Amino acid sequence: MTTSDKPSAQDNQPVIRVKGLVNQFGSTVVHDNLDLTLKRGEILGVVGGSGTGKSVLLRSIVGLKRPNGGTIEVLGTTLNELSEQQRSQIERRFGVLFQRGALFSSLNLQENIALPLIEHAKLPREDAEHLARVKLSLVGLPPQAALQFPESLSGGMIKRAALARALALDPDILFLDEPTAGLDPIGAAAFDQLLVTLRDALGFSVFLVTHDLDTLYAACDRVAVLSQKHVLVVDTIDKVSETDDEWIQDYFHGPRGRAAQEAHTTSSTNANVQE
Amino acid sequence: MPSEWIARHDQTIALQGEWTLANYRDIKSALSHHTAKTQARKEAGGDESVSLEAITRLDTAGAILVIELIGIEKAQKVSDWASELPKEQQALLVRIAESMDAPLDVEPPSYSRISQALATVGVHVVGLWSQQRQLLAFIGLVMATLFQLILRPRRWRVTATVAHVQQSGLNAVPIVALLTFMVGAVVAFLGATVLQDFGATVYTIDLVAFSFLREFGVLLAAILLAGRTASAFTAQIGAMKSNEEIDALQAQGLDPIELLVLPRVMAMLISLPMLAFVGMLSGLAGGAMVAALSLDISLTQFINTLQKDVSVTHFLVGLSKAPVFAFVIAVIGCLEGFKVSGSAQSVGAHTTSSVVQSIFMVILIDALAALFFMEMGW
Repeated sequence: MTTSDKPSAQDNQPVIRVKGLVNQFGSTVVHDNLDLTLKRGEILGVVGGSGTGKSVLLRSIVGLKRPNGGTIEVLGTTLNELSEQQRSQIERRFGVLFQRGALFSSLNLQENIALPLIEHAKLPREDAEHLARVKLSLVGLPPQAALQFPESLSGGMIKRAALARALALDPDILFLDEPTAGLDPIGAAAFDQLLVTLRDALGFSVFLVTHDLDTLYAACDRVAVLSQKHVLVVDTIDKVSETDDEWIQDYFHGPRGRAAQEAHTTSSTNANVQE
Repeated sequence: MPSEWIARHDQTIALQGEWTLANYRDIKSALSHHTAKTQARKEAGGDESVSLEAITRLDTAGAILVIELIGIEKAQKVSDWASELPKEQQALLVRIAESMDAPLDVEPPSYSRISQALATVGVHVVGLWSQQRQLLAFIGLVMATLFQLILRPRRWRVTATVAHVQQSGLNAVPIVALLTFMVGAVVAFLGATVLQDFGATVYTIDLVAFSFLREFGVLLAAILLAGRTASAFTAQIGAMKSNEEIDALQAQGLDPIELLVLPRVMAMLISLPMLAFVGMLSGLAGGAMVAALSLDISLTQFINTLQKDVSVTHFLVGLSKAPVFAFVIAVIGCLEGFKVSGSAQSVGAHTTSSVVQSIFMVILIDALAALFFMEMGW
């Protein structure tokens, strides 16, 4: 089971608080008065149909898109009000995994991960590359991969390497944009497991944009559903799946949704039996 | 020596404080200090235990250091001897120890300097050879497609061709005209300075006319287009290649040569002769301007001498090279585009290569052509 049972008062303190967010491209309104909070140490799954602005929301929070209205509060400070330098201070506490990996193609994997360690943590190259190799091994890449360049890697390996880079600075908040898309089911399950282990161990919060129902069941503490330009509902997955909304019903109780739910219940009963 | 991170109580080493990335360097130097002492004690037969309970924060970087200190095996059994450590941190240590268990250091195989140098030479020779072969093969492919299509006007991509004529031909007129005008003026000055000593200033006209009609008009236009258009072709096709658009075309049964290469080649075959003509005219104009302003040769005299001394053969010799240059530039630009592989760096490398290659080929062909025309007495 994934829900963390740490009793400390810090647990429920939000690390990200989005209030009244408005985003639009030309005359197309993507978000209208959107509210969302991410609590400390939780894994929040963000789902929604294609084009509901999941990635735009992520980009607004990490500061890649300037919102047209509303405020975004991260770790207790409002991002729009900060100077460039203060912003960069906050942003280095983010780890972002982009949809297509976005590894630097001119650097090999080890250098890709060592780069933030050298630039931000000011480690000497040797130490940074040593840490980078441990991180690559941590996300399940073979040692030979460290010297390979991104263009010679498969999609799954790129995802793993990108996760290693997102984790390089041991971030407080991890943003993942469809991390399991394009992975085989075994790799995806291992990814979910890895995410939970690392979250438990390191205590970061995760903002997870996904379409993968298995990930929602296996890893997420809460699920937010984006629809009609705002957050329709945000709660634990069991409660969300019972919400009376056509899209949610289709999503969670369609054939794939049911399969994921069944798989989850069986695996957790098995775990209980073993205990 | 008690430090901020490590304290020693008799047989126990207590780790304490924030073992995080921010403190990585300090902890590491404290550790190196410490390991030397431990080594000495171990040799003396003492065995030490480690306690972790005073660690207030632990992240992956800190965990790596802890494991380096205590060893991987001990870290994997952390629950046996450090049960007071929070569950999460135990899990972290176990997980990191697991991933450090694999051999981490892979060094690329190293060779002696001599064999490295030989290998580099070999790679370049083979690369050059295969580049030329690829170029010939690609020229063949383009020619074959061209002849297949030439009798079927329905499949000509007129719109695309015209668009490329505008981009690579029409839009290049100002720069070609300006450049050749200035070079024309320079040649006239040079000629005047040298010929003055022989009292043959009037032959400046012949010098400008011969050089621009036979060589400079077409050569300058070709070099400009090699820089301007070959690079554009490579970047356009290369970006499509790395976005898998070329693969998409092929998977749909469409021929990228027909759709992408032929319109570009045709556009160059139309543009370059026209630009060469523009180059000749404006080079002559540059020469005429210098002649009129500083050599006291009037425009009428300039044109009269042109008609009298310079036969139309020179113009034809110069213009006949334009289609060859155009074809080579377009084909090299497109071929380098197709050679691009996934990365952004590769687009840059091939764009550079296409400009260098096409300028090189243009000058090489021009030199060979000059020999040929001289032998033929044209």
